[in-house]
Amino acid sequence: MSAPAPSMFTPAAKAMTEKLGLKMGRANLDEFAATLMELAKANPNIIAVTSDSRGSGKLGPFGQTFPKQLVEVGIAEQNLVGITAGLAACGKKSFGVSPSCFLTARSLEQIKNDICYSDVPATLIGISSGVSYGALGTTHHSLHDLAVLRAINNLTIIVPADNFESREAIRFAAHATKPVFIRFGKAAMFNLHKPDTTFEAGKAITLREGNDVAFIATGETVVHALLAAGKLAEQGLNCRVISMHSIKPLDVEIILKAGRECRAVVTVEEHMVHGGLGEACAATLLQAGVFKPFRIVGIPDEETVPGAQADIFRHYGISMEGLSEAALKLLK
Amino acid sequence: MATAVLSDHELALKSVRLRKQTLEAIYGAGAGHTGGGLSCLDILNVLYNRILNIAPETFGNANRDRYVQSKGHSVEALYAVLADRGFFPEADLKTICHYQSHYVGHPTRHIPGIEMNTGALGHGLPICIGMALAAKIDSAPYRVFTLLGDGELAEGSNWEAAMAAGHYDLDNLTAIIDHNTLQISGRTRDVCSNEPLDEKWRAFGWAVKIVNGHDFAELTDALSKPAEAGKPTCVIANTVKGKGVSFMEDVAKWHHGVPSEAELKQALAELDAAEAKLKEAK
Repeated sequence: MSAPAPSMFTPAAKAMTEKLGLKMGRANLDEFAATLMELAKANPNIIAVTSDSRGSGKLGPFGQTFPKQLVEVGIAEQNLVGITAGLAACGKKSFGVSPSCFLTARSLEQIKNDICYSDVPATLIGISSGVSYGALGTTHHSLHDLAVLRAINNLTIIVPADNFESREAIRFAAHATKPVFIRFGKAAMFNLHKPDTTFEAGKAITLREGNDVAFIATGETVVHALLAAGKLAEQGLNCRVISMHSIKPLDVEIILKAGRECRAVVTVEEHMVHGGLGEACAATLLQAGVFKPFRIVGIPDEETVPGAQADIFRHYGISMEGLSEAALKLLK
Repeated sequence: MATAVLSDHELALKSVRLRKQTLEAIYGAGAGHTGGGLSCLDILNVLYNRILNIAPETFGNANRDRYVQSKGHSVEALYAVLADRGFFPEADLKTICHYQSHYVGHPTRHIPGIEMNTGALGHGLPICIGMALAAKIDSAPYRVFTLLGDGELAEGSNWEAAMAAGHYDLDNLTAIIDHNTLQISGRTRDVCSNEPLDEKWRAFGWAVKIVNGHDFAELTDALSKPAEAGKPTCVIANTVKGKGVSFMEDVAKWHHGVPSEAELKQALAELDAAEAKLKEAK
């Protein structure tokens, strides 16, 4: 028997998920694989390209069901991106699927030139992103990907928070005529959205209204912001929670509205504090002349603490407890 | 195929004229890659006038052959050939590298006839694997070609791609190597030797042909059809960097040397003389 994985939630946070009525879904990556399978059934032009990553990309069943729609290139990420671009240039709806740590570092030049500059309708899927690979260490973390990709023209960047956002992001990408990057983690995610929610790339989703503190969070950190808002409500504070699934284009309007209407803003991301969502929000607010107490919660610029994703989140305050404390400090 | 089949003699005359245009374009731009442009010009001439089923009016055809110039820096030669084939007016060559001109110093899809944006080395072959795979998946008849510099082969991505092409039996893919043996710092074998090239490509599962890259008949023969069923084709075209201009031939500094007015004049005079000689020979 292996040791139990460290829990992402303290008993108090677990209790809060129940209080908020959150139901556990599956890993966003599983949702991606299932959605791609469904789309590929209807569209034979959908091709998945993998770099010995079909297992980690949950594409085993996809490859078995649609062997002609999966291209395996071996452990060669530069080639993966080039091939994904070439397929897209010749009419295929190609999805290049590879761990985000390798995909967005080793083959960054292919992303910049072959996909974005050449403007082909390809989608890149960064799997096991952020610190999903936790204890495997820094080689396997992608805490730079949003920063480097934001600095490249002509790329939509989506970081889904739950199964709904994941499913919708893949559907969006399957019909996109422009380059798209989507970033997935591997942990099971709580479902955060009401059934009638609509998804649009570039338009963030407000999960909870409130004017005391605005949490602007992205990806697998959103649930923690939601729990923090629940905890702060118990202290009489009404906090807004925004799921900023699109890092680019950024929903400038919703950020400015939050900055103008709330007393403080906390951004949350599974990314280094440099160059990610937080700095994007800060630039948006500052340039519009909106000055509010502001804090970027993410992974600081240091050698990341060893541990599983849950350990790393807890260590850096990406938790109900950490985020509510960060919010309270801003209000003091 | 091109609309009219040109004889070797007609191609030779065209090459001289295209060399002049390439040099004038580089002079006008005040920047460019002279040596490699002149070394690959005969290859481009054969590709666009004898091999590729590409024409301006049918460029949107899904079954057109695909050509991706991996050695994107030899863009002036490519632009000269595309203008000659009617993809855009020859006058556009005067705008290369100018403010707000789409004719930047490496190929972009803003220019009619360009398939993919290239310029960073080691990108063309992986892209072409994707294109060739798309053709195979669709059972489409088109062929895919790329042109690589020999110095460019130091980029590891080429070998990732070479391995995949062999693995996928991409006999609809042809990689041409402009083997002029020089790169910016000197002889490729001195900078970081990649010889023997033919053995390397064969070891990766390719059929290899070695030709004189300035011989129209040899180039035509090697490029007209895949060398071997079930294998990608590598055509190692032995060329001379700076071909056609005596003082530029086989001199590394002309990799990205831009001719002065006097040098341009001298080069054009040499090419005029070559043209006159060719016309006489007819």
